[in-house]
Amino acid sequence: MAEIRIENLNKKFGDFVALKDSSFTVEDGEFLALLGPSGCGKTTTLRMIAGLELPTAGRILLDGEDVTFNRARDRDIAFVFQLFALYPHMNVRRNIGFPLLAQGVSRSEIKRQVEATARLLQIDHILEKPVSGLAGGDRQRVALGRAIVRRPKCFLMDEPLGTLDAEFRNVMVRELRELHTRIHATTVYVTHDQLEAMAMADKIAVMNHGVIEQFGTPQEIYDRPASMYVADFIGSPPMNFLAVTSALTKGSRSVAIGAAEVAVPEVVEDLDGGAVALGVRPEHIRFNDSATLRGSVYGVEYLGTTQIVVVETADGFCKARVSAGLRVTRGETVGLDLDTPKLTLFRRQGGKAIRTAPAPEVHHG
Amino acid sequence: MSAAAHSVVEPGLTSKRVAGAIVILYAVITMVPLFWIFATSFKTPPDSIAYPPKILFEPSIEGYCNLFTTRTRQTAEYIASLPPATSFCDETTRKRNMVIAGQSNFLPRFVNSLIIAFGSTFCAVFLGTLAAYGFSRFKVPLADDLLFFILSTRMMPPIAVAIPIYLMYRELGLSDTALGMILLYTAVNVSLAVWLLKGFIDEIPREYEEAAMIDGYTRMGAFFKVVLPQATTGIAATAIFCLIFAWNEYAFAALLTSGTAQTAPPFIPTIIGEGGQDWPAVAAGTTIFLVPILVFTILLRKQLLRGITFGAVRK
Repeated sequence: MAEIRIENLNKKFGDFVALKDSSFTVEDGEFLALLGPSGCGKTTTLRMIAGLELPTAGRILLDGEDVTFNRARDRDIAFVFQLFALYPHMNVRRNIGFPLLAQGVSRSEIKRQVEATARLLQIDHILEKPVSGLAGGDRQRVALGRAIVRRPKCFLMDEPLGTLDAEFRNVMVRELRELHTRIHATTVYVTHDQLEAMAMADKIAVMNHGVIEQFGTPQEIYDRPASMYVADFIGSPPMNFLAVTSALTKGSRSVAIGAAEVAVPEVVEDLDGGAVALGVRPEHIRFNDSATLRGSVYGVEYLGTTQIVVVETADGFCKARVSAGLRVTRGETVGLDLDTPKLTLFRRQGGKAIRTAPAPEVHHG
Repeated sequence: MSAAAHSVVEPGLTSKRVAGAIVILYAVITMVPLFWIFATSFKTPPDSIAYPPKILFEPSIEGYCNLFTTRTRQTAEYIASLPPATSFCDETTRKRNMVIAGQSNFLPRFVNSLIIAFGSTFCAVFLGTLAAYGFSRFKVPLADDLLFFILSTRMMPPIAVAIPIYLMYRELGLSDTALGMILLYTAVNVSLAVWLLKGFIDEIPREYEEAAMIDGYTRMGAFFKVVLPQATTGIAATAIFCLIFAWNEYAFAALLTSGTAQTAPPFIPTIIGEGGQDWPAVAAGTTIFLVPILVFTILLRKQLLRGITFGAVRK
C-alpha cells in the first residue's frame, strides 16, 4: 500500500489543456474520488497516475518514489477500466490469474491466490466460465479480482460502475466500500456521479476544465464549497445563489438581498467591492411568515419524505427543501428563513468563496 | 433475455423458403463449372470430347494417370513384347499404343505452388499484422499518406510493371526462383493485408493492451497475449485472401517462372500440348489444384465465423 502524490501536473493534447497545475496527495489507505463532468480531466489524471499517459509537466510520486516517466508495468498499480477490459479469449480463472502469470508466479501458487481472491469477491463458483456470458455485476467483480489478486500498491478505477444499471450500482457501491474497508488499499476512483463519490470516498477532488476546484472530505465539499462551480455541481437540487445588493466588507455579519436583510457568517477577509452572491442549500431554507426575504410559491415537487418548493423571489427562482407534511399552495406568499451558519458567500467574478468565520461545531447530545 | 436482445422482426416462413431457394439456385449455377471440371477429370479422352456431352459415363482415372506421367508412342509389337502391365495406368496407356516414359512435372510444379503461395501468405500476413498494429495504435508521422502509398501499389494493373520487374529479376538473379516469387507475391499482398488488418485491429479496444501492460506485460507481450488472440478472425480472413491471390496468380508466374520454380497455373495449360488435347488430364490437374484452397478455407472457417470479441467489452 502506498501514498500517491501529484505535484503541479499538467497535460496538453495539442492546444487542448486537459489538466492544469494540479497537486494533491492521497494518503496511504485513503479512498479518493475524482469527481467532475466529462472532459474535466479526471480520467486523464488517472491515466497519468497509471502510466498510460505521460504528463506534459509535473511529477507523480508513489510512496515518495518519482514514477512520472516509469512504464505502467513498473509502477505496481492496478487499474479497473470503465468497460472492464476482461480478456474475451480467457475464462474467469485465467483473467484473474493473468497479472500473476506476468510475474512468473508458479502454477500452484496462481491457483491458490486466484481461488482466495475469488472467495473474497464471492465469485468462486464462476471461475471456469467464459467472461463473455457474465452479468454486469459479475464482470465487475472479475475485473476487481484481476486488480486485487497481486496486492498492488494502489487501485485506480475509471468509472467502474458507469455501465451498471441503477439497482445494481447501489449494491456495487456498498461492495466496493466494504472491500476498501477490508483490504485498506489506496484507491483513486473516477466518477461523474456525486452520490457515488459521497457514498464511498474519504476525500473528493472536484474537477472542472482541467483544474481541481476543491479537494476535501465529502462534508467539507458539501458544507463549505470553495467555488460556485462546486456548490452547483454537488447536491440535488444544487445550491441557490441570491444576488447580494449591499456592499460587503471585512467583518460584515449581514447582507441585503433586495429589501431583505439576511444574517451571514462573519466575513474574515478583505474585499475589493465586486459583485457577491449568497449561496444557500435548499435544505437550509425554512418557511417563516415573519422573515423579510419573501417570494411566491411557483411550483412543488413532491419527493415522499420531503418536497422541493420552487419560490419566485424578486431575484429569481429559489428552491427550498421542506417537510412533506407542510401544506403549500401555488401563488401563496411565503417568508424564507436562511440558516445563517450554513450560508456561503461567493465573488461573482471567478466564483471563489469568500472566507467567513467557521460555523460552531455541532456535537451529539 | 435472448429473445428480447434479438428483437429484430423474424422473417416469415414463406420469405425464408424463397430466400433459401434463391441461395440454392445460385449455389447450383456457380457449382456447374466446378462440377464439369471434376466430372471431366474422371472421363476417358474420347468421352471428354463426345458430342453431345456425356452426363453419364463410366468413370476412369486415365486423366490422373496422364497428369502424373509422360508417355511415348510405341508399335503394337513392342508393347506386346513387354512384361504384363503392373498397374491400371500401365494398362490404360498400353491400350492407347503408348508406354509410360516417366514422371511428369506436375508434382514438382504443384509443390512449387504450395511453397510460394503459403510462403508469401505467411510473410504478407506477418508483416501486415505488425504494420497494421503500428498504424492502428501509434502516432505514425504522415500515417495517412503512408497508408495511401501502400494502397497505391495496387492501383495500376500488375502487368504494367511486368517488364521492369522482369528486367530487375533477371539482373538480380531472382528469375525462376521460389524466393523471387515469394517476394513478389508478398509485395503485392502486403498492402491488402495492412488495410484489412488495420480495420480489424482498430476494432479491438485499446483497453485490453492497457490492462495487460498494467498487469505487468511489455507492449510486445500484450500484443502477443491479448491482441493477437483477438485478431485471429481478421488474420484468418486476410490469410485466405492472400493465399487465393498467390495461389491463382498466372501472369507473373508465366512471365517469371519457366523451369525449376514454375508454379501450377502456368504449368497446367502446357499439358494440352503433350500428345493431343488431353482434356481429362487438364481437368485432373485443375481439380487437384483446387484442393489446397478448399482445405485451408475449411480449416479456418471457425476463425472466420467466430465473433469472439462480442460481449466482453460493453460499448
